[in-house]
Amino acid sequence: MAKVSMTVNGKAVSGEVEGRTLLSTFLREGLGLTGTHIGCDTSQCGACTVHVDGKQVKSCAMFAAEADGAEVRTIEGMANADGSLSVIQQAFQDHHGLQCGFCTPGMVMAAASLLADNPKPTEAEVRHHLEGNMCRCTGYHNIVKAVLAASGQDAGQIAAE
Amino acid sequence: MPKDGGIGASTKRREDVRFLTGKGRYTDDINIRGQAYAWFIRSDVAHGKINSIDSSAAEAMPGVVKVFTAADFAGVGGIPCGWQVTDRFGKVMQEPKHPVLADGKVRHVGDPIAVVVAETLEQARDAAEAVEIDITELPAVVNMKAALLPDSPKVHEELTSNLCYDWGFVEENKAAVDEAFEKAAHVTTLELVNNRLVANPMEPRVAVGDFESHSGQHTLYTTSQNPHVIRLLMGAFVLGIPEHKLRVVAPDVGGGFGSKIYHYAEEAFVTFAAKALNRPVKWTSSRSEAFLSDAQGRDHVTKIQLALDADNNFTALRTDTYANMGAYLSTFAPSIPTWLHGTLMAGNYRTPLIYVNVKAVFTNTIPVDAYRGAGRPEATFQLERLVDKAARELGVSPIELRRQNFIKPDQFPYQTPVAVVYDTGNYHATLDRVLEISNYAGFEARAAESKARGKLRGFGLAHYIEACGIAPSNLVGQLGARAGLYESASVRVNATGSITVFTGSHSHGQGHETSFAQVVAEMIGIDAGQIDIVHGDTSNTPMGMGTYGSRSLAVGGSAIVKATNKIINKAKKIAAHLLEASEGDIELKDGKFTVAGTDKSVDWVGVTLAAYVPHNYPLESMEPGLEETAFYDPSNFTYPSGGYACEVEVCPETGKVTICAFSAADDFGNIVNPMIVEGQVQGGLAQGIGQALMENCAYDENGQLLSGSFMDYAMPRADDFPMFTVDHSCNTPCTHNPLGVKGCGEAGAIGSPPAVVNAVIDALHRAGRTDIAHIDMPLTPSRVWSAMNA
Repeated sequence: MAKVSMTVNGKAVSGEVEGRTLLSTFLREGLGLTGTHIGCDTSQCGACTVHVDGKQVKSCAMFAAEADGAEVRTIEGMANADGSLSVIQQAFQDHHGLQCGFCTPGMVMAAASLLADNPKPTEAEVRHHLEGNMCRCTGYHNIVKAVLAASGQDAGQIAAE
Repeated sequence: MPKDGGIGASTKRREDVRFLTGKGRYTDDINIRGQAYAWFIRSDVAHGKINSIDSSAAEAMPGVVKVFTAADFAGVGGIPCGWQVTDRFGKVMQEPKHPVLADGKVRHVGDPIAVVVAETLEQARDAAEAVEIDITELPAVVNMKAALLPDSPKVHEELTSNLCYDWGFVEENKAAVDEAFEKAAHVTTLELVNNRLVANPMEPRVAVGDFESHSGQHTLYTTSQNPHVIRLLMGAFVLGIPEHKLRVVAPDVGGGFGSKIYHYAEEAFVTFAAKALNRPVKWTSSRSEAFLSDAQGRDHVTKIQLALDADNNFTALRTDTYANMGAYLSTFAPSIPTWLHGTLMAGNYRTPLIYVNVKAVFTNTIPVDAYRGAGRPEATFQLERLVDKAARELGVSPIELRRQNFIKPDQFPYQTPVAVVYDTGNYHATLDRVLEISNYAGFEARAAESKARGKLRGFGLAHYIEACGIAPSNLVGQLGARAGLYESASVRVNATGSITVFTGSHSHGQGHETSFAQVVAEMIGIDAGQIDIVHGDTSNTPMGMGTYGSRSLAVGGSAIVKATNKIINKAKKIAAHLLEASEGDIELKDGKFTVAGTDKSVDWVGVTLAAYVPHNYPLESMEPGLEETAFYDPSNFTYPSGGYACEVEVCPETGKVTICAFSAADDFGNIVNPMIVEGQVQGGLAQGIGQALMENCAYDENGQLLSGSFMDYAMPRADDFPMFTVDHSCNTPCTHNPLGVKGCGEAGAIGSPPAVVNAVIDALHRAGRTDIAHIDMPLTPSRVWSAMNA
């Protein structure tokens, strides 16, 4: 067991982990941040997507020890300071971009990362960026609309083209 | 415009806030103090004799609490099957034993053999490596037709063969159907495979068992679509726990699509082990384990034939289907290829004579059961591919051949020759509508543009019928169901007028917390925010049958309407007393009770308060309080239908199929929340297109699962689809439930696969390849290229 320390959603945290403990496991079991979900064991589904030092990362593909000293952001840290939904979160609700909610935290984290790099993506760019995040409920239609809407574009107009 | 929060409004989902902020509470988020962790050791061969299991080394390892094997389950029942099919000779199906842990033999890859329970998950997993299991591998049977040969290895020794049943429907029609084929002017024949699929809800299954020794109370937290059904099956048939000592909780559940209907061995295991060890026991499936242990879907091999007269009228239909059951009978498996498949073979057509034969077969593969659509996608795929092929053979338009043979709008209610009576529908309207929204008129121009880019463009149509809200219970009982198929609801009005609705339906993505509240808000005329929907816990909701088969609103919603009507009736009596008027004169509108023709009124809260503070109340004739329960047992199925159009481009060099556009015109009857309905269709389309183009659960000849992870099972991703065009403007309300609703959850997955394949075949035929009559799903680039280069 080794001690790891990191900043998660702006708060300094630490814990004891085995060398093999994944970051996703540490977030869920060590810190009780259960918004990060585990949907597969081959790093395909993206439900565990978080940000590490500002970069989009599948937290099941990284050891907790590798995140020692890092700045980590999870879905629990995505709402506005007053607790209201952020622009991206609100767009997902407004456009019915989620059904069962299991892939949703990963989708929101992936969308935030896309929009940080590319504030006005095209539909094709949104679809390409979300390629590493699986959703079984929505057919992606409303997720794509939500991300476009969150970028300030008229999702209805783009969908109709 | 409908009032926001009422019926017909696209009210935003209240459940979204917790899911968007990481506050959802899924089963794996539940940890109970003192819990131990279970790790299942599963068979790595498809068929084998277990010679010995030596767990002594494992049990000496750090943290190991106990290693369980079949011997520990000697006094326990097997996993039950919930539906008994009777074959065409009047004999009941062959029903093998299904032990919780493999007893003497393993019958599919993934069959659980032993379970290590340890203090931590890592310790359990490490110790599993030290359990010595000696297995003699036996020849496995994977192919269904081979499994029925006399010299085939038998999956179950105690059965006479690998045939579960040989079902004929309607058996009495067989001779007449054969005769119609002899007289036919044209016969179209098609052999096809409905590929095996894995449901893959994004949340893998999880089960946590807890036990209170002083009270004998068991609690099971599980990823289920129907907690009451699990309580009934596991309590009564497996572990012998009476209902009052068994609580089953299905909290937020991350999708199901059928795969979380069934009672699974892991649920029985953690419940049993929690008592045996007197501590909570938790099991969380990995995705790889889900591929080995979740019931899979589809897997039919069919020969279907259509007889037509000289005027292209359908005169008869007959099918021969082999349906794979896998190694054991999953909870509802026998009903899928029979009552959910044979009864749908009339489709949207007036075909007067139909005979369906289904042979259900045991193989050394993972069990197969309902997956989104369940039987109805298989029926629709056969029929809609067949009609398309018939049109091509006859040189007529597939659109016109359909239109000519559709049941006409004035023929409803329509008695089909396969037992069911369609109450309402308008197939001509949905066909016209889908041609309009897909801009069929502009297709040739788009095809020319594709051709200029070297691509082959095709247009495919499919029209579907489905049957939802399977009922009534007395009928399904005659058909072999071992459960009722009603739904229940309790409506509790609180003193200050807020309402808590307890439903036996279960939401795992469908948005019931929002749409069910809209129904009650509309009926009473209060704000939907005053109404909460509670589901998923047998300790606080009435008996329920759960959510599957697009039944929640049609059956569960109707139960809520029934209970709410009882509330309104009692509230009117209270209002009449308060207003010193006759009950018959009281009207309820916008949350206010008024004496008809006067300005005398009392508001909703005035009445609810009187019910709980009954100072001015007719105590001599009425009990205080305002809480009612209702059970609703439908008198018929509901019959959603629709027309789907798919436009594809095929790359002639690589065989790659690209979906250019997909349009759906559905008839779901009345609609409570259009936004949610559209979302259901879009999700269903993605699963149906996934089946048509990429998903395939494959085994090798030894029964090894070749598609055992997301690395090799192709899940559709965001860049596999265009935006979909979804329309529901052609609704004909259901005539026999109070909401007039039909159900929308499965339609997308039912109607889309044939539309996609028809579009690809159309593209190839337009390119002159009229020799390619059919390609089996999934239409991967390899399969399409091979067909083009055969």
